[in-house]
Amino acid sequence: MSQNQIKNMTLNFGPQHPAAHGVLRMVLEMDGEIIDRADPHIGLLHRGTEKLIEHKTYQQATPYFDRLDYVAPQNQEHAFVLAAEKLLGIEVPERAQYIRVLYCEIGRILNHILNVCSYAMDVGAMTPMLWAFEDRERLMEFCERVSGARMHMNYFRIGGVSRDMPDGLAEDILAWIEQYPKMIDDVETLLTENRIFKQRTVDVAKVTVAQALDWGFTGPNLRASGVAWDLRKSQPYDAYDKMDFDIPVGKYGDCYDRYVVRMMEMRESLKIMRQAIEQMPKGPVMTENRKVASPPRAEMKTSMEALIHHFKLMTEGMHVPAGETYTAVEAPKGEFGVYLVSDGTNKPYRCKIRAPGFAHLQAMDMMCEGHMLADAVAVIGSIDIVFGEIDR
Amino acid sequence: MDPALEELKEIVTSAMGASVLDTSIRKGELAIEVKRDDIERVLTYLRDNVNCQFKQLIDLCGVDYPEREERFDVVYNLLSMTLNRRIRVKVRTSGEPVPSVTSVFSTAGWFERECWDMFGVPFVGNLDLRRLLTDYGFEGHPLRKDFPLTGFVEMRYDDEKKRVVYEPVKLTQEFRTFDFLSPWEGQPDLLPGDEKAEQNKAEPSKEKGA
Repeated sequence: MSQNQIKNMTLNFGPQHPAAHGVLRMVLEMDGEIIDRADPHIGLLHRGTEKLIEHKTYQQATPYFDRLDYVAPQNQEHAFVLAAEKLLGIEVPERAQYIRVLYCEIGRILNHILNVCSYAMDVGAMTPMLWAFEDRERLMEFCERVSGARMHMNYFRIGGVSRDMPDGLAEDILAWIEQYPKMIDDVETLLTENRIFKQRTVDVAKVTVAQALDWGFTGPNLRASGVAWDLRKSQPYDAYDKMDFDIPVGKYGDCYDRYVVRMMEMRESLKIMRQAIEQMPKGPVMTENRKVASPPRAEMKTSMEALIHHFKLMTEGMHVPAGETYTAVEAPKGEFGVYLVSDGTNKPYRCKIRAPGFAHLQAMDMMCEGHMLADAVAVIGSIDIVFGEIDR
Repeated sequence: MDPALEELKEIVTSAMGASVLDTSIRKGELAIEVKRDDIERVLTYLRDNVNCQFKQLIDLCGVDYPEREERFDVVYNLLSMTLNRRIRVKVRTSGEPVPSVTSVFSTAGWFERECWDMFGVPFVGNLDLRRLLTDYGFEGHPLRKDFPLTGFVEMRYDDEKKRVVYEPVKLTQEFRTFDFLSPWEGQPDLLPGDEKAEQNKAEPSKEKGA
């Protein structure tokens, strides 16, 4: 009997692969169809965001945050403006806090719709994408009505939000909240008990609590492993401490649990959105501090001081007192943090962006080992990665 | 002042003794600076001690202060879910290797690679210290303050060679940096050049100008 020499094969996955969710290049060492080692190569979308921010004023930095995780832009902005506000030591008007909470939850649903549906498509289900994207479009319409842009809103500003919500928008969002659970139900009938979907996801890439903590997991991926940790509850920011909602927690930490947690989070987000709209007080949406926020246009026509403030803010920008802070928010993908170092000038000295996907993708090797090649696709889909934030 | 944070500071400083060089609590955030060679021991203590339980390394990054003798800070942001607290640990280096903490937190691997890539700070004990975010074959460390924003090379597709080529950066318009800093606000107390007036007095009151 002749003996065949079996050799491991190295397989190049991506960077242009529809299931790579962007420009992920993965070098897979295969033993037959079993993955021995996965080595993700990232950085193909690196744009030097942190370097650029060091050369821009504080106001000019927020649009860069939209372009990190472009699936849920407002949550990223939120982290940066909170960090800058902490260094500046300013209070944000209450109405602005509620609007931010409302739009953060819209961002969360935007993100989860895209993730769940594209994940389903990765493992063979086409329909959820076609159904739920209609609602994603509606949500982006809400973004457009409040900020003028569907995706890259640049709506959250240091000191508040750029403008108040237009009349009728709150009612329209409430009406949408009424009808959206039906869509979640529909998608769930397609996926949750679907035999094929379960075969592809249950027991795939199980992550224990110890592993999840060791690898820096946050957000839905951590909660799927059974840790009830949510920054909105444990370290509440803006108006989240006044919101009543639950944290869905998984049990086994496999790909299926990660999907279920996201579906349940969408329902919780709807609860928060409803409360935010119902409790939203009247009042200003931007701080009155003229060293931070520019004066209203009408005031500039009559007041010389207002005109000077506007001019100084638009050219020089605001001065943030020297200091440093690490401020994090619960973005849809996990803990999104900004480590902001200020030296007292009008530009950030250092702005390190902590992207949740970065830590999650790093664990690919740990999660994929011993799984089949096709499972790698399911794993990538389930950990919810977007290259804008990973590569920065 | 948060008493729990003070207490945590006391616990860490008393247990780590000489390793801790400096502590501060600002804006409700606890930061400690430790000796470079002790970082692994400090992080292990913070992770395993019952009163700390910083089980997660959330972030690791570098900061560059070119005017300092040891110009780089390596900053570790840790999170304790049990205490619901964060702590920031810093070490300084001027480019000497920093002990890797991959044995304490697996997640440190990529963060250290990124720090090496961006700042050129080497980590001893990281078994996979390749570049992470920059291009294959990239030279230099882009987040250093002396690295220009435009970089040194630019890339284009060469139609004759049928491949991507790298060339030195050619700017069609000179790089513009606007200095909007007004001399009245936000400037340091001592304007550049004013330190000479101070020195002419009997005793130099400040060691370092600006």
